[in-house]
Amino acid sequence: MLRKLSVIAAAAGLLVVGAAGPALANGGALPAKEVHWSFEGPFGKFDQAQLQRGFKVYREVCSACHSLKLVSFRNFGDKGGPFYSEKYPNSNDNPWVKAIAKDYEVADIDSETGDAIKRPATSADHFPSPFANEAAARASNGGALPPDMSLLAKAREEGPNHIYSVVTGYVDAPKGLTVPTGGHYNPYFPGDLSSSWHGDHKHVPPGGFIAMAPPLKAGLVTFDDGTKSTLDQQAKDVSAFLMWAAEPKLEERKQTGFAVLIYLVLLSGLLYASYKTVWKNESH
Amino acid sequence: MADTAVGATTEPEHGSDPSRRDFIHIAAIAAAAGGAATLVWPFIDQMNPSADTRALASTEFDLTKVAEGQQVTIKWRGKPLFVRNRTKAEIAKAVADDNASMKDPATDASRVKPGKSNWLIVGGICTHLGCVPTFGGGEYGGWFCPCHGSVYDTSGRIRKGPAPLNLVVPEYAFLTDTKVKIG
Amino acid sequence: MSGHSTYQPKTGIERWLDARLPIIRLGYDSFVDYPTPRNLNYWWTFGGILSLCLASQLITGIILVMHYNPSAQGAFASVEHIMRDVNYGWLIRYMHANGASMFFIAVYIHMLRGLYYGSYKAPREVLWLLGCVIYLLMMATAFMGYVLPWGQMSFHGAVVITNLFGALPLVGESITTWLWGGFAVDNPTLNRFFSLHYLLPFMIAGVVILHIWALHVVGQNNPTGVDPKSKADTVPFTPYATVKDGFAMSVFLILFAFFVFYMPNALGHADNYVEANPLVTPSHIVPEWYFLPFYAILRAVPDKLMGVLAMFGAIACLFALPWLDTSKVRSMRYRPTAKIYFVFFLVVCIILGFCGAKLPDDPVIPHLTTFQVMGSDLNSFVWLSRAASLYYFAFFLVVLPVLGLVEKTLPVPDSIASPALSADAHKG
Repeated sequence: MLRKLSVIAAAAGLLVVGAAGPALANGGALPAKEVHWSFEGPFGKFDQAQLQRGFKVYREVCSACHSLKLVSFRNFGDKGGPFYSEKYPNSNDNPWVKAIAKDYEVADIDSETGDAIKRPATSADHFPSPFANEAAARASNGGALPPDMSLLAKAREEGPNHIYSVVTGYVDAPKGLTVPTGGHYNPYFPGDLSSSWHGDHKHVPPGGFIAMAPPLKAGLVTFDDGTKSTLDQQAKDVSAFLMWAAEPKLEERKQTGFAVLIYLVLLSGLLYASYKTVWKNESH
Repeated sequence: MADTAVGATTEPEHGSDPSRRDFIHIAAIAAAAGGAATLVWPFIDQMNPSADTRALASTEFDLTKVAEGQQVTIKWRGKPLFVRNRTKAEIAKAVADDNASMKDPATDASRVKPGKSNWLIVGGICTHLGCVPTFGGGEYGGWFCPCHGSVYDTSGRIRKGPAPLNLVVPEYAFLTDTKVKIG
Repeated sequence: MSGHSTYQPKTGIERWLDARLPIIRLGYDSFVDYPTPRNLNYWWTFGGILSLCLASQLITGIILVMHYNPSAQGAFASVEHIMRDVNYGWLIRYMHANGASMFFIAVYIHMLRGLYYGSYKAPREVLWLLGCVIYLLMMATAFMGYVLPWGQMSFHGAVVITNLFGALPLVGESITTWLWGGFAVDNPTLNRFFSLHYLLPFMIAGVVILHIWALHVVGQNNPTGVDPKSKADTVPFTPYATVKDGFAMSVFLILFAFFVFYMPNALGHADNYVEANPLVTPSHIVPEWYFLPFYAILRAVPDKLMGVLAMFGAIACLFALPWLDTSKVRSMRYRPTAKIYFVFFLVVCIILGFCGAKLPDDPVIPHLTTFQVMGSDLNSFVWLSRAASLYYFAFFLVVLPVLGLVEKTLPVPDSIASPALSADAHKG
């Protein structure tokens, strides 16, 4: 037994060392800043006011280049969403949803003439993309493709923390770093800067070059609820909004999980008691 | 590890407290069955229409497109729907026949909205076997189904032929005088 | 042990059916009155847990297919449709994705149990072989299943693994093109993987039936490795094993539920939430965790073809196991030296798993540079993989064959019902 334990302990030690790895593990970028989100943890919930502010940031700043094509307008009225209201359990009837949808135009075919037209969106439509296709998107952005944001918060290892860090993390490039045209230095964006770095090769700066210029600054978006529009606030709000966009069922998932786990613990207890009763007088 | 028992009895001992023993087994099995039954519901509900299908459950239609005496066919919930702007004569004929003998008796007023009796909105599917009736055909001036000869009047009621029921009137409401929400 | 049936049909319907198709008798003999060793510990509950996993994957999988679009254009969006629009789609998808991981956790524990207690030894060789076949089918199913969401990892993982076949001399490239159905992984590949991913689980179910049949012919092994000698050694399967299996399944479900509801993406990879793009390779292509040890072995060998052969050889060792181990004693409970080698084997498997996730030239101990051997620093994951792979193969090909001939074993008890000769013998 002791031998077994010491072998396992040795192995565990090796594993800890192995798993720690270099400090800049994630593609050479700094680990994301830690933010406390309302939706984290087993009882996390989206903050509806924050989602509304985040949507405003998306709408006024990000949507110029970034699509949200997997999200439908009606999702805004679903439970947990930014414009959910108990009065409108069917999100298609939600007046805020309809109002937001009407502001957008989607491509369609005229049913009488067959021509390609643009019509106001309804709650059933998906968010229209700012560009017709990938080639158009790249052409307007110096060859870089602004990623679709529907799943961005799940498509990055550190999720909303990563988005927040990148958007607030822009700093001036350190001396000795050659920044390519169209690129911007960001210590939170993954990349390998060793070939652009002319300083001490033992201390290559963390991060990479992102094609997007710093998108947010203080006061850029006025919040309707009066919240102070700092860079930090905008970044937090848009990251939370994007987390909702990526996982609209988050609240339902965690709430169902709580009920299921309570049930399973009780069931396990009952089954254990049953097991003990069955085996009561049997040698095992 | 469980209790060591050298030379233990091999016969399960009955009778120490049978009713209490059975209860725990019943409770455990009942809890397991209850959990399984609760789990079944999501697996069944997933076959129900999904959110995007439900979003297309209702549609809004602009009535200015339909001239008097004309009909527009729209696709709603994957099936054809007739939106007909009836002339005064057509309305009169329909009302006059309110008490005539028919397979599926109904008054014309019950098939339109009060004050908007020129607007008749009915499903474009023959209640016999599902063909799409043609506009204006048949001796009542309503619709005629070419498949098996069902004849509908200007209120969409079945008057002749094999169809058993009147053309279905869907749930709809006027949002404004010129806009109607169907479904 | 398969013996004489004790089933007595009670009602008229039972007698009628029993004379025409004795299926209730079969069920009764296999799962009610079936004599089960009384000393089975919790490691023996994983067979039942695996059946639960298979059923769960089958049911959730069939439901997912009702909504999934198996085309390169529509697959990714259809999975998101399931997550967002299908009623409880998110639950079914997360159950299926995490269920695969749970399936592998359970199968590895089940296999390690077999390894430790000598359940592969005569007369259970066929039982073990059928299990290896199930394991192979599981890996094929899981690999193809992971391609279906058509994310970046799905796509590029498929590229890497299908390209491995190109290493075979002469026929390699033709086989790869044949697998792809084109000149690269694309829509035809996705469609055929979808078809096979739907098919293989039913093959698994069939082999599982054979596996249980083979088990019931020879009877369960038990922690002592000593066959049941009399009725005193066994208990009827129901209620004794049934209730224990039920309890174990319930605890397993707690773990499953924890992943599904609170950490549904922890075992996956974030890059798979980016739609597949053949022109952009993810910075770090990693297979799912249950393939990592084999991935490490593959990359440990510098030559492409030899690496492929080593990877398949690692699985082949499992098939050969009943004939590699020479020990006359079944259970490692009574083989103290073998026990140590086994624990080391377990640790090595975990190390291989870690190595599979790392970049080969990353340092194991950070900031430490030693000397270069064969193009890589000794303090690198590739060299750790090589050492670990060496032990992996040595365990099967050297340790087990040799140890059985030279080891000193503890005295094995006479029977299950009189097991203890000393307190030590009862541990493990």
